[in-house]
Amino acid sequence: MIAAVLQANALLVAFVVVGAVMGASAILSRMLTGGRVSGSAIAILIGLALAFYGGIHTGGSRGLADIPLLSGIGLMGGAMLRDFAIVATSFEVDVARARRAGVAGAVALVLGTVLPFAVGAATAYAYGYRDAVSLTTIGAGAVTYIVGPVTGAAVGAASPVIALSIATGVLKAVLVMVGTPLVARTIGLDNPRSAMIFGGLMGTVSGVSAGLAATDRRLVPYGALVATFHTGVGCLVAPSIFYFALRALFD
Amino acid sequence: MTIFGVALLALCTILGNLLGEALGQALGVKANVGGVGIAMLLLIAARIGLARRGLLDGGVLSGVGFWGALYIPIVVAMSASQNVVAAASGGMIVVVAAAITVALCFAAVALFGRLGDRGETMDEIEAAERARAAVDTHP
Repeated sequence: MIAAVLQANALLVAFVVVGAVMGASAILSRMLTGGRVSGSAIAILIGLALAFYGGIHTGGSRGLADIPLLSGIGLMGGAMLRDFAIVATSFEVDVARARRAGVAGAVALVLGTVLPFAVGAATAYAYGYRDAVSLTTIGAGAVTYIVGPVTGAAVGAASPVIALSIATGVLKAVLVMVGTPLVARTIGLDNPRSAMIFGGLMGTVSGVSAGLAATDRRLVPYGALVATFHTGVGCLVAPSIFYFALRALFD
Repeated sequence: MTIFGVALLALCTILGNLLGEALGQALGVKANVGGVGIAMLLLIAARIGLARRGLLDGGVLSGVGFWGALYIPIVVAMSASQNVVAAASGGMIVVVAAAITVALCFAAVALFGRLGDRGETMDEIEAAERARAAVDTHP
């Protein structure tokens, strides 16, 4: 009976669970770190740890959301509500500031596509891959975990290579989520302009949105505004320009 | 009314996603190109348009503001539904590629961010706004 009620109210269960995680994180932040590590950062870490537990426990690919009683977590953290909430933050954007940093954001977007692709392809080369299809697919995975499989499918990569490419993108997103609050001060991530540059360079909407949320909530709309173009740009150039370049070099 | 804010936000998000899909198709890409970014621009334009006509009332603000405030909890739910196991079990090539990429991009943000005028920090911006508000209320 309890299970039936909880499953019929899956989204509400998710609200309660996430509320509890955020509450616990706020307390941990104050007690353990004296407020130096933000509650949001701790909550995101706990979320990732729970996702790891869910993945091990169910063998599924959606973390905690694969546990039937907690399926609402998947709806709450899914693309629909995530996009809805990100768009809502744009109400806070200062248009004049965003426009002034627009060019920098666009340049960062290009750099944020070329750099990861080059690193991904070079790593694949170092690990013995020599064909343009595999190099392109793994390189694309380093851009984002959506660009990887889309590119892999477009150029006809083998399934294990696509899996590697997705894993690279997911790990990148996780590292951005966890790493951003740690390096924020060092890389000067404290103003709208650097947030837009950050959004363009790091790409991965999930990584950027969670990384900025854990650092300074006010920077989120600026970073997200640029980052949301990242996957599209990657899917545009990786299976075309980048693939042709690698094919000219290796095939 | 609050629902007007929520409806406006939903309309912008849907339109943005539609335009992003259309842009992707026009470019021959199997992905949404900037759908959320376009939606954000639409909502910013709507905000400016409503403010100009004096229609930006408390209801609209609370309808949009509520979802903006739920942003971090939604991100926590998102992180709890990531495929962390796959990320952790991809082997060394995955770790090397992802770690070098992220380190290099962080470094690029640091370099690039320092080129040109740095701009005010969020703290400075808010302090300036508070100061202005204080002057406005006590002339």
